[in-house]
Formats: sequence, C-alpha cells, structure tokens
Amino acid sequence: MSIPPDDGAPAIRARGLTKRFKNTLALDGVDLTVPRGTVHGLLGPNGAGKTTAVRILTTLTRLDAGTAEVSGHDVRTAPRQVRRAIGLTGQQTAVDDLLTARQNLTMFGRLFRLDRATARRRADELLEQFGLAGAADRAPKKFSGGMRRRLDLAASMILSPQVLFLDEPTTGLDPAGRREVWQVVRRLAAEGTTVLLTTHYLDEADQLCDRISVIHEGRNFVEDTPVGLKRRIGDERIEVTAADLADLTEVQALVARAAGTEPEVDDLAGVVSAPVADGVRALTVVAADLRAHGMDVADIGLRRPTLDEAFLQLTGTPVASDLTAREVS
Amino acid sequence: MTETTTAPPADEDSLPYRVVWAVKDCWTIVVQELTHLARQPSTFAWQLGMPVVMVLMFVYVFGSAMDVTGMGAGVGYIDYAMPGMFAMTMAFGFMNTAFPVAQNKEKGFMDRFRSMPMSPSAVVTGRAVSDLLQAVVDLATIGAIALVIGWRPGGSLGETLAAFGLLLWLRFALIFVGVYLGLRVKNTEAAGSLFAVAFPVGFISSVFTPPELMPGWLGTIAAWNPVSSTAGAIRELFHTPGVGTAEPVYWIEGHAVGAAVVFPALVTVVFAVLAVRQFQKLGR
Repeated sequence: MSIPPDDGAPAIRARGLTKRFKNTLALDGVDLTVPRGTVHGLLGPNGAGKTTAVRILTTLTRLDAGTAEVSGHDVRTAPRQVRRAIGLTGQQTAVDDLLTARQNLTMFGRLFRLDRATARRRADELLEQFGLAGAADRAPKKFSGGMRRRLDLAASMILSPQVLFLDEPTTGLDPAGRREVWQVVRRLAAEGTTVLLTTHYLDEADQLCDRISVIHEGRNFVEDTPVGLKRRIGDERIEVTAADLADLTEVQALVARAAGTEPEVDDLAGVVSAPVADGVRALTVVAADLRAHGMDVADIGLRRPTLDEAFLQLTGTPVASDLTAREVS
Repeated sequence: MTETTTAPPADEDSLPYRVVWAVKDCWTIVVQELTHLARQPSTFAWQLGMPVVMVLMFVYVFGSAMDVTGMGAGVGYIDYAMPGMFAMTMAFGFMNTAFPVAQNKEKGFMDRFRSMPMSPSAVVTGRAVSDLLQAVVDLATIGAIALVIGWRPGGSLGETLAAFGLLLWLRFALIFVGVYLGLRVKNTEAAGSLFAVAFPVGFISSVFTPPELMPGWLGTIAAWNPVSSTAGAIRELFHTPGVGTAEPVYWIEGHAVGAAVVFPALVTVVFAVLAVRQFQKLGR
C-alpha cells in the first residue's frame, strides 16, 4: 500500500476553519488553499488567528467547525497521516539545548521512526545542508539565534515533508539570522517543498511568498500575490528628492506636469511625490525635464506602496511598530 | 538531496506495530533524558544536594535535640530519620517530573512531539522510566551516605529490597502528579514555585518527627499523609528500633505497609486520569 503522492489535491485545503477559545472567536470561517510547491504567507496582526490556523493544520488543536486537509489527509480523521506529511517549526525554537546538534537530529530521526543507521545518516545530511556540519558536536545552547533556528528547521525536515509549516520563523532573530532563515526557506521552496509561513513582518512575506492571505480578526481579509496586494491599494508613486531645497518649487511644478496631479511636498526632506498611472512614462518625462532645466536631484524613482501601507489601508490597523516611524518620516 | 520518506507501514494501525513503536519511542526519550543527566551533572547534583544536606542537618544539628525513641534526646535518631529521608526524597521527586514537563510545554517541545508521527504515550512513559532510573540513583546515593554515618537496615535482604520497592512505588505514583502539575502550570517559573506545595507535604508527616508529638489535628493529618505511610512501612521493614513496639496512636500507623501499597495506587489512578485529561486539553 502506498499513499498516492499527488492526486491533484492541493497541499492545504481548508474550508470554514472555526475555532473558539473560551471568550474569543479565534477563527471565524477561514478558507485557505495552498497549491503544491508554493510558498504561502499568512499575514495579520497579533491575535488575527494565524497561529491557531497553523495549530489546526498541524493537528495540534482540534477545530470546532470546518474542514481541513493537508496533503490530501483530513486533519480530523487521519492525523497520523498528516503528521507523516508535515514538518513544523513553531514560534519557539524546539531544540534540546543539552544534546549536541547531531544528537538532536538523530533523536528526532528516531522519533520519526527511521532506523538507527538511517537516522544517523539523515542527521549528517541535514547538518551539511543547513550549514551546521562544523557545529555538529556542539550543543545549541551556545549557537547564534540564526543557527538555532536552522537546526530547528533541519529537525522539521527529517522526512523531507511535503508541507512545511513555519510559525513566525524569524521572530526574535537579528537581521543576519533572518537572512539565514530566508535563504533556507528559499532553498527548500526551490526544491519543491510547500511552505506555509506566518509572519507579522511584511517585508518577510514580500520576500518569500508566492501568495499572501491576509487574515484579520479570524476572517479572510484578502488574498493575492505580494505585487497584486500592493497594486490593490493604488498606483505607483513617482518620488523625486531635490538636491537643493531652493529648487523645490520648480521640481514640484515639473512633477505636477508629468503626473497630471498636484504632488505632495515634504519641505524638510525635499521630497516631491505624486501617484502616477504610467510610472515609467512619467519617470522618463520628469527625468528629461529636470535635465533640461539643469536641476540636480538627490534621488528619483518609482515606489510601490509597501506592504505596511497596503495592510494599513486594507484593515485600518497598523501592523508593526516600524510602520509608525515610516509614516512620520 | 536524498529523499527520506517513511515507507508508510501498511499495518501501522495494528496493535503489535503500535506497541513496538511505543516502546521504541519511549526508549528514545529515556536516552534523551539520560543524556541530559550526563551532560549536566550539576542539575542532578542539585536535586540530590537537598536531601543530602537535610540528612546531615537533621541528624547532626536538630537530631541531637530530638527524642523520638523515648530513650533520650538524639538516641536512635539516625535510624528514625533515615527512612523518613528516603521517603521524603521520593515525595519531593514529583518536582523533578513537573519541572521538565512544564519546560517541554513552554519551549514548544511538546508541540513538536505532538506534530510528529511518534507514539504520544512516549512523552509520559519515557519521562516515567528515566525518572525512576534517576530515583534509583538518588536512593543509592543517600543510602551510601547513610551507611557512612552509621545507619544500618535491620531487616533481611528481602525486607530491605521490599522497602526500596515501596519507595520506588511512591515515586512511580508521583510521576503522574508531576506530569499533571507540569502540564497544568503556566510556565517553568510556576513549576519552580511548586516547592511551596512540596514543603508542607513533605514535612507534615512522620519524616522527621512522630505525628503524636504534634498538636492533635496536625498529628492526624501528618499520620494520614501517604509519605508517612511509606516512611512508617519502611521503618518496619528496616526494623527501626522503637518502631512497632508500642501501640500505634493513629489507626493508619498500625497498617503502614498496606497503606504504603494502597495510597500510591490511589494516587496513580486519580492522577493518571487527570494527567491524560490535561494532555488532551493541549489540543483544545
């Protein structure tokens, strides 16, 4: 008997996921479809229900209503088959700090029911793949945050899972650690692993995901590609930073002419910006005009709205604290 | 990249398959726990340190003032206190179970285990086996210290082994208390403060002082404390001087060996159910 590897079923298919905890409705009918081989982001502010959704899909939490299938197996009726098809990297780094990196992976290999020799061989392979071969015989206690997370990820890759769940994989990591984890996720995705990733770092979703589902207060809010999500909330903007503040009025006039709308002006930073329908054309026109008028600019470019802005516009709720900083600047 | 996928076993729902893997998974967890002890002997030493200090303190500091045999202060106190120490070490052992369970829950280990195709019972059985092994080492260490300071078991080899059997039986029962509490508490900090519960349970007993020397109501509580029953039972089995000769003040003291068998059984039944329920609650 073998489980059909691919009967066309998506990696994740969830309908009407509903979960109530005592007084709060954590999930209120969330739908989610993730095709095989894609990286899907679950995005939302704290308390939106991201983690609850992951816990249901990884068989850790029972769902109250709705249906969920992972790799074609029902989480309710076939949890063991689901568990064999998935890997989970939760919010905390669940590695044993007292065992060495190799002992950790061998132990998990045994618990994934590999025989002793295979578990050992698999541990060595994973240490190699995740760049931990040099640290194999050290305990993760002394590892950097990024290394610990990579070991954690390696532990969820023991069986080369069809679907990998990452619940806020880079929370608490420094920028170097985040980049390490991103590289790993990109590599796994390139090798064909389906990834469902929750995050409240919007640039992370932007960097890694093929599609993003925004959930808010336990409901689906919007689903799109990162680019599409940004497009939804409006046009690109042309942005010109004058080299000399004295030129600001003239720059403003040139941008207004090219964009056909009255631009916003930041007097202090010397930035003039305006929404444009055809960004490339507007950019070319403004650049030519500036040159014709012999004006120096510090910066000129097209800018798409950031996901932060998209999210704010879509839900009316700011997501990350750095959003406020960006709004002010 | 090498594809490592489990050959999906056709008979994975069969009972023999599940039993075999439950045992194998249990052993994997035991090896993990024993590796912890080997890698961090200080934790182990710390857990042992308390009973050892208590033995020395009670025997040499307070013991000289205690007249438990009616033959004068300090006389025969080692013989009285040592069995109490053994029982108390087992009783406090529930914290050695509760703390790592709480830690596994807090650090996401429990989630990782539960999301894996391993046998769910192994989390508890592995813990139980390694805790019992650790309890054996605890008893051996304290026993060795006791022998050095002059304590001798007075019973036959069989009685002595039976006494240690009863001690491990108490520790076994408390594994379920520990698992239940470990799952119940919010975090490791709360698990650490379980000490506040352990202390009165350990001390309001016949461990260091005969209950009849306590105020009436407290003496009754102390006498009926399961820890007292185990302590009383092993005193009988060790033929501790002055024990079992006089008419017991409390009924339960006259039936210590029976109580030392029954109490842990009751605790096991009650707390195994509570622990399983608490474990299932994790999925709620």
